[in-house]
Amino acid sequence: MGGTIRGGEIMKRTTLTKSMAVAMTAAMVVGLTACGSAKEEKQITTQNIQPEQVAAEASVTDNALEATTDVSGTITMAGSTSMEKLANAVAESFMAKYPNVTVTAEFTGSSAGIESVLAGSVNIGNASRALKDSEKESGAVENIVAIDGIAVVTDSANAVADLTKEQLVSIYTGQTTNWSELGGVDSAIVVVGREAGSGTRGAFEELLEIEDQCTYANELDSTGAVMAKVSSTPGAIGYVSLDVIDETVKAFSLEGVEATAENIKAGNYFLSRPFVMATKGEIAEQDAAVQELFNYLSSEEGKEVIKAVGLITVD
Amino acid sequence: MDVKTMNQSFSIIEDKKSKALLEEVMKYLFLVCAFFAVLAVFSITLYMILNGTPALFKVGLKEILFETQWAPTAAEPKYGILYVILTSIVGTACAVLIGVPIGVLTAVFIAEVAPKKIAAIVKPAVELLAGIPSVIYGLLGIMILNPLMYKLELTIFKDSETHQFTGGSNLISAIIVLAIMILPTVINISESAIRAVPRDLRSASLALGASKIQTIFKVVLPVAKSGIASAVVLGVGRAIGEAMAITLVSGSSVNIPLPFNSVRFLTTAIVAEMGYAADQHREVLFTIGLILFAFIMLVNTTFARILNGKDEK
Repeated sequence: MGGTIRGGEIMKRTTLTKSMAVAMTAAMVVGLTACGSAKEEKQITTQNIQPEQVAAEASVTDNALEATTDVSGTITMAGSTSMEKLANAVAESFMAKYPNVTVTAEFTGSSAGIESVLAGSVNIGNASRALKDSEKESGAVENIVAIDGIAVVTDSANAVADLTKEQLVSIYTGQTTNWSELGGVDSAIVVVGREAGSGTRGAFEELLEIEDQCTYANELDSTGAVMAKVSSTPGAIGYVSLDVIDETVKAFSLEGVEATAENIKAGNYFLSRPFVMATKGEIAEQDAAVQELFNYLSSEEGKEVIKAVGLITVD
Repeated sequence: MDVKTMNQSFSIIEDKKSKALLEEVMKYLFLVCAFFAVLAVFSITLYMILNGTPALFKVGLKEILFETQWAPTAAEPKYGILYVILTSIVGTACAVLIGVPIGVLTAVFIAEVAPKKIAAIVKPAVELLAGIPSVIYGLLGIMILNPLMYKLELTIFKDSETHQFTGGSNLISAIIVLAIMILPTVINISESAIRAVPRDLRSASLALGASKIQTIFKVVLPVAKSGIASAVVLGVGRAIGEAMAITLVSGSSVNIPLPFNSVRFLTTAIVAEMGYAADQHREVLFTIGLILFAFIMLVNTTFARILNGKDEK
């Protein structure tokens, strides 16, 4: 009995993974016209292709084989403080799955993280921004593991639906104080934000380049509190992670682009940034443990972890 | 059967040895229990001092206590908490000014004036009020009080060019929530104090021709004074230490404690930023904790001294 069920499961899984593999390959073909024909594409291992796809393919094999717990070693990370939540969550769940691997993470700042990985003192450099050309030239490889998206929300009765970057800056720095200045009804703007040290606040201010210039009327200490305040206060404006948006509030479109995961992935929505786990050289050149970490990040399990910390996964 | 055996073992006459042993054991058990509380107080004090002082030396006492700018994550961090301290003082004082008269008069009502049937309704209601978790006060505050305050704010500051609208999250909201939260403490302790006043005094006063109200204000309350004062102390303690409820309603921006400003208290300053604070920022939060701790100690000892002084008379 048990055997049959188990066998059936494996059968299902293999079919699934086969179809996934086919899909992946197809995607690679579309994505990388420079890399020759489809047949060659199937043959090559991991040399010339993009990191995420390597990871995806590797995880496909792993799932099928179910023999992954024998990886051992140490993975060291350093870098962005904004990625602290993600790095810690990933380290924790990864170590739970692979008890022989130790993952340590330090939070020194994006640029310091990339310097460390280039200097070889850590395996992975975390950066909450795209890598600079100079960093890429020095050998850092940009592996985008997740995208951080921030939605700007207001109460659902607000007539204003779209804001430009300048308008947003002007609201948060206290220059614009009434919605009538932005084409809405005559109503005061209640500026709601997060507490100092919050990752969302850090990202928001950094992306708008208004670090420590904001004049908040409310500094709340959780996403839930921001949502509650904005939904119950006429004329309030606040920012939250994209994943918590619901019908109690209205999300602004920014420069005409709606706040959706699709738009963020396409790169049109400006309040977003990539979370990069940079390696020195391609992933395939790394230690087995590091490779396994990237496999894990692109597996369903890893994606759950990424979603759990409020980020958008890269497909 | 059980009763009988118990009687035997605890009897004065029988089995002196086991009785003596029990006495000894219980003595040490009491000692251990008492020591546990003392140990807790000492370790907390020590911990707060160890964690709270490093930042004082790094940032400077003056920079923390007497500066007004709070920007812990800026490139050049500023850790001035003068406004935060003022907010805690003003907020607590106002909450006590509102809460204590209402509380004491309610206690008088329950203990002296109210017909039994009405007292039977008021008293359980007060006890229920004491049992409501503070986060519930906060939620009601954010959902009911803040919108009302916002309407008031909009009318008052209609033509103001400089006022920053807070959506009703302001000092007044926090004070109202605090005042309601200290009510049960004040009422319960004052009521016990009033009930402890000997009946003879009331009878004597009434017999001399004083009215009921005169008796309450001239005889009962003065006698119950020290009990009521301890009610006030506990009320102050509760108000100054409360964080959960007011963090939701006060807006939590660092500003001068004016009625319609969004303000931050000592407690909410810690709660709000402890989650993601790192390094020096975190150390300063511990320093704020130490300051709050010192405040509460100060309040308790001062009032205790005043009370003792009065008792000695």
